[in-house]
Order: sequence, then structure tokens, then C-alpha cells
Amino acid sequence: MGLLQPESGLLFWMLLSFVVVFVLLARYGFPVIVKAIESRKQYIDDSLAAAREAERKLDSIRADGQALREAAEQQQKEILLQANEMREQMIREAKRKAEAEGQRILAAARERAEAEREAILQDARQQVASLAVAITEKMLRAKLEDEAAQSRLASQLLDEMEHRQTN
Amino acid sequence: MMSVWRNIAWVFILLSMPLCVSAQSDAQEELDVKEIVLGHVGDSYEWHITSFKEKDLSIPLPVIVHSPTSGWHLFSSRHLREGAEYEGLRIAEDGDFKGKIVERQADGSDLRPFDLSITKTVAGLLINTVLLAVLVLGAARWYRHRKVSDAAPRGFVGMMEMLVSTLIDGLIKPCVGPNYRRFAPYLLTVFCFILINNLMGLIPIFPGGANVTGNIAVTLVLALATFLAVNLFGSRAYWKDIFWPEVPTWLKVPLPIIPFIEFIGILTKPFALMIRLFANMMAGHAVILSLTCVIFVTAQLGAAINGSMTVVSVLFTIFMNCLELLVAFLQAYIFTMLSAVFIGLAQDNGHQEKA
Repeated sequence: MGLLQPESGLLFWMLLSFVVVFVLLARYGFPVIVKAIESRKQYIDDSLAAAREAERKLDSIRADGQALREAAEQQQKEILLQANEMREQMIREAKRKAEAEGQRILAAARERAEAEREAILQDARQQVASLAVAITEKMLRAKLEDEAAQSRLASQLLDEMEHRQTN
Repeated sequence: MMSVWRNIAWVFILLSMPLCVSAQSDAQEELDVKEIVLGHVGDSYEWHITSFKEKDLSIPLPVIVHSPTSGWHLFSSRHLREGAEYEGLRIAEDGDFKGKIVERQADGSDLRPFDLSITKTVAGLLINTVLLAVLVLGAARWYRHRKVSDAAPRGFVGMMEMLVSTLIDGLIKPCVGPNYRRFAPYLLTVFCFILINNLMGLIPIFPGGANVTGNIAVTLVLALATFLAVNLFGSRAYWKDIFWPEVPTWLKVPLPIIPFIEFIGILTKPFALMIRLFANMMAGHAVILSLTCVIFVTAQLGAAINGSMTVVSVLFTIFMNCLELLVAFLQAYIFTMLSAVFIGLAQDNGHQEKA
């Protein structure tokens, strides 16, 4: 039957057109499309990887920032604490200094008072001594007629003087 | 709902058409369904579109023949209409070369010259081939001025891309194996070539309607291409399996039974490919034509039978056309898949390792 018998003319044209279209498509057609699909697939994969990497970096940056902030907060706390302590210390120091100064002033005043008192005492003693000498002179002038009275008086005076000295 | 009414209206319009025809055909002789179907499925020197008022409306095609006695001839097939003779050539009405161009020899016998005419099938084949090349190269051209970071294509190029990646990932890669890259262009070309010819064959008017893939010469070339792809690139292991397979020695030494069977297998694989595609597409065309002919065959049986049979015929033809749409894709897919499997079997680390 004719249907099962390949026609030579059709065979020729088919061979020609198939070979031509195959060469054309296999060289300029499908490889281009296949390559485009593959490179796009690769590009998408790369983009996904880059996005993942960026996200990871962002996370790490975020974590770094967090750590930095925490450290800063810690430092601030420490500085505040230190300042507080310093203030306390300064106050304490000032107090101590003021106290010492006061003490020193007080001591100086006391010393001066002591010296003055000593001076006054010395002065008084001298006056008393001179007074006593004067009194004694006078008394001696008045009372030195009798011998006995003289010696009595002398001893009495000596006693008194002795007494005062021990006093 | 609208479309349902529209469909019903169409059916009625189609119903009324054969009634007009039947009035005419009563006068004519019996309708030869076999002639119509075979004439349509086979080849012709002109592209018949329709007959209108006893006049044939058809596109004449170039006739190219080389006769051993009178040399080359190139003229339009218009000159050969109605059995006319031109430059000593005519289309044989019967005999061994029925429907083909023959040349009457001096002794009165007919000789068939070497025939390279652009027949209907050749014209369809050329149109489809050009169309395929334009479509695929057009799609490939889209990428020329585009970077990989540009947006993915839409529309036709996107569809081509989807088709190509589906075929590569779903068919070529698993069937051929690791060096699928080498055979991907061939397999993709074969798929698209068969698909476009099948689909164009389903369109009933001019640029389509030629029964290209339902012609054995076409499928013969396609099968031959697969045969070459399998055997030219076959690995050492493939040839060893054919001529020295791992079977008991008595099966191959005195009488090479298994090698003989294996060798036959090399030929039957592409042969089956050839017959499968040819028979499927030819049968599809034949069934649709036969179903359409039901309308004209029942024309003499009265309006009632003819009308009801027309409805049946139209419905069946619609169904068959849908089926053929599936078959068009399916046959292209099967041909490509089997080619890929055969190629894979002939490769090292190919299909057989996964199986």
C-alpha cells in the first residue's frame, strides 16, 4: 500500500528540512535558552545565598550593637559608682581636713592661752614677790626693835615662804 | 450559559448544512469514503482547500521531477489538473503509480520519474519547519540583549522556557543520564518538530491540515536520526552487551543467538518509533475524516437519520479533535522519551544504572 511506502521526494525534503532545522536550533536555538535558564537558576541560587549571608551579617551586627550597648551601660554604671565613691571620699577628706585644721587652731589657741596664762602667772608672781619684799621691808622696819621678835618673825617668814613654795 | 446556547446554535447551523449538500449529492454517484480518507491522509500535488459549485479551490504547488529521458522539469501543478498532460507528464489515474506523476515512454509504458515535487505534505513540512525555526530562534533572540539579572521572560518566550526546562528536568535528564547536555538540543528539536507538525496537522485549513507526521517518510527520517544518535554515540559497554552479552556461553558461541537477537533489537527500536508515530497520527486523521464522512454517507438515508447522525458526527469529531490534541502532545513526548531512553541505555552510567 502506498501509505507504508516512503516517497523518495518527501524523504529528501524531510531529510533536508530536518537537518537544517536541527543544525539551526541545536546551534542558535535551544542551547541559548538552556543556558539562559541555567544561568538564571544559578543567579537565583547565588542571590539567595547572598541574602542569607546578609541576614546573617545583619544578625551579627545587631548582636554586636547589643553587646556594645550593654558594655556601655555597664561602664556608665561603673563610672557613676566611682563618681559617687569619689564624692564620698572627697567629703570625707574635706571633713577630715577641716577637723584637723580645727584641732590645729584649737591647739594653737590653747597653747597661746597657756603661754599667756604662764606670762600672767609669772607677772603676778613677780608682783607678789616685789610686794612681799616691800611689805617685808616695811614690817621689818617697824618691828625690828626686839631681838626675839626679829628672829621669830624671820622664822615665821621662812616657814611661810617654804610653805608657799611647796604649795 | 451563553456559551452553551452558542454551542447549541452552532450545532444547528452545522445540522442544516448537510441537508443542502444532500440535495446535490443525490444526483452524484456513491460517495467513496475510502477514497476521500486515503486521498486526504495521503499526498497530493496541490493543496486542496474546498470545492465550491463543482469548482475546486486549491493552491497549486511546484512540481519538480527528473526524468531519465527528458531531464529536469519544473512547473506549477496547475497544469496537471483534471488529468491534463504537460511536458509529457501527467498524474496517473490508476495502476501502480496511482496519484503520482508518470511519464509515458516511447513503448507506451508509464515510467515514474525521480520526483522531488513540493507536494502538499512537503509544503506543510516546509511551512512547519520554517515556523518552528522562527519560533525557537525568536525565543532565543530574546536573550541576546538581556542580562541574567533581568526579569524572567513572559508570554511566548516564557512558555518556551517553561517547555524547555520541563523537558530537560522531567524527561531528558532522568532518561539520558549524566551527559544529557550533549543530547538535549537533539531531543528538544525532535520534540518541538513533532509537536508543531502534529498541531498544525489538526488545523483544518490552509497552513495546517497537512498530514506530515502521519507520513512514513517523515517518521522514517526521525527514527533514523534517533538510530544514529543512539549508535554513533554508544559506549563500549553498549556494544559489548550486544555482541558479547553476559549470558551462558552456549547461547553465543557456536550459534550467536543472543547477539543476533540483540542486533535485531538495535533495528526494532527505531522501527517501533517510526511505526508508532506514523500510525498514531495517520489513524487520528483517518478517524476524524471518517467521522466527518458519516454526515455525507447518511445523506441518502433521509433527513431524520442524516440529521441525527450529523449531531453524532459533530460531537464525535469534537471529541476526537480534543483527543488528537492530547495525542499530538503525547506522541511527541513519547517519541522524545523513548529516544532519550535508548540514548541513555547506550551511554556509560546512563539509564541502566538507575534502573
